[in-house]
Amino acid sequence: MNSKVADRIATGVFVTIAFIIVAILAALFSFILFRGVPQISWEFLTTPSSSVQAGGGIRDQLFNSFYILFITMLITVPLGVCGGIYMAEYAKPGKVTNFIRSCIEMLASLPSIVVGMFGLLVFVNTTGWGYTIIGGALALTIFNIPVMVRVSEDAIRSVPAEMKEASLALGITHWHTIKTVLIPSAFPGILTGSILASGRVFGEAAALLFTAGLSTPRLDYLDLNPFSETSPLNIFRPAETLAVHIWAVNTNGIMPDIREIANGSSAVLVLSVLIFNLLARWLGSVVHKKITASK
Amino acid sequence: MNKTATAKKPVFHVQDMNLWYGNNQALKNVNLEIPKNEVTAVIGPSGCGKSTFIKTLNLMIKRIPSVKLSGELHFNGQNILRDKVDLVNLRKQIGMIFQKGNPFPQSIYDNVAYGPRIHGMKKKKQLDEAVETSLKQVALWDEVKDRLNSSALGLSGGQQQRLCIARAIATKPSVVLMDEPTSALDPVSTLRIEQLISELKNQYTIVIVTHNMQQAARISDQTAFFLHGEIIEASDTDSLFSVPSDRRTEDYISGRFG
Repeated sequence: MNSKVADRIATGVFVTIAFIIVAILAALFSFILFRGVPQISWEFLTTPSSSVQAGGGIRDQLFNSFYILFITMLITVPLGVCGGIYMAEYAKPGKVTNFIRSCIEMLASLPSIVVGMFGLLVFVNTTGWGYTIIGGALALTIFNIPVMVRVSEDAIRSVPAEMKEASLALGITHWHTIKTVLIPSAFPGILTGSILASGRVFGEAAALLFTAGLSTPRLDYLDLNPFSETSPLNIFRPAETLAVHIWAVNTNGIMPDIREIANGSSAVLVLSVLIFNLLARWLGSVVHKKITASK
Repeated sequence: MNKTATAKKPVFHVQDMNLWYGNNQALKNVNLEIPKNEVTAVIGPSGCGKSTFIKTLNLMIKRIPSVKLSGELHFNGQNILRDKVDLVNLRKQIGMIFQKGNPFPQSIYDNVAYGPRIHGMKKKKQLDEAVETSLKQVALWDEVKDRLNSSALGLSGGQQQRLCIARAIATKPSVVLMDEPTSALDPVSTLRIEQLISELKNQYTIVIVTHNMQQAARISDQTAFFLHGEIIEASDTDSLFSVPSDRRTEDYISGRFG
């Protein structure tokens, strides 16, 4: 077989694989949207869920999903970026660093249900908080941090060495160089990492079952005092997220319209992730343009 | 070895300096004086240690963990190899230009204002002035004054290199080190940088590494010829090129190797 034929076969194989992946994605996506979108209505999005009657919405679950995502990222991003800076800029190559790196990789590969059980032990029982948003957010932080550290480290390492040398040669301190040259240059990579991490958070159910719980108290959206029992902003209340809701409705729902709720919720979940990604990318490019003065 | 006849006190005084990368000796017994407000060219074939040498002058070489140094390196009378020096302060006084222009991915203005800003210049007016002065010194002002807020990466290679020189001199160093600053540039841009160097030497002490002997002959006052980590010959440029005292220098400058 000559090399031209081999080249053609290889091209064919890769194109086929790419096509299969796109086809699966498209099929899955259109199936979810086809079944789910007809269920989505303003009412569906703005009424609280009902556990017995038909016609319940997903208002609280949708809010909870975004709120837990927000709290999780508030903890994960700063910690993850700092960890990435440490690994890329301060950690000296050697046994200790290798050990830290293995720990991070191990943490990244923990099954989320295990993280959930750990969260139940620590953030629910030991702290005595019960099922809370903060408990859920901390559990999600545990399995998001490794990804964030890894992505930030890679992004910082991939900044050309000349940039860093240029700054150091100007008599700029290491920290100022990190702050003013490395982080802005690594920003697009860190952003992509954060978006991927958020997608995981948004769709996560197993880690939240035992930490943020399966219920939501009656919420009053006009009550913005975060210490009030009925405030949606209270981080010490239980909160069922959309992904958990889909699971709960399917496994132990007794309302007559289980199928419709599950389909609609799935579509909302998928669309939310999509919209969230697009928004984050748009915002990121605006910020990046601002710092790099590029058009 | 000839010494440059100069009454001025040298800015750098290198004495018996040795440098190893691990077990590999890259500089051997280097002795050199670098006089103030003159251009010193460092020439030699690839791998002769000339880049290592220039990176030692602002101690950038210490960023490589395996590097070991011995001997003396005096900067304005202070032995910066022995004394514990503040690297930040040292590099504020010694600017450095690299082979390839390496502007930050920021606006032209921010690139030049970068050093002064971090070194504590806060007022907009002062910064504006510093940016304008530095850009004028490198003859870039007229080309970019209308687009100071656009990205520095949109400039041509030659402009980027001049911007980097502007960025370096904006922190008001006394020395500017240049590591093959024109090796990635076309002849026209190279000529502009060379003109610039001749103008800058009134205010700055310049050390330039170059693989281009004509360039060294054109712009420098003193030339040091490196071979296998040693200085074979160092003297004023005219005599080094017209009457080299060492056979190897003659071979190199006449193009017999390197």
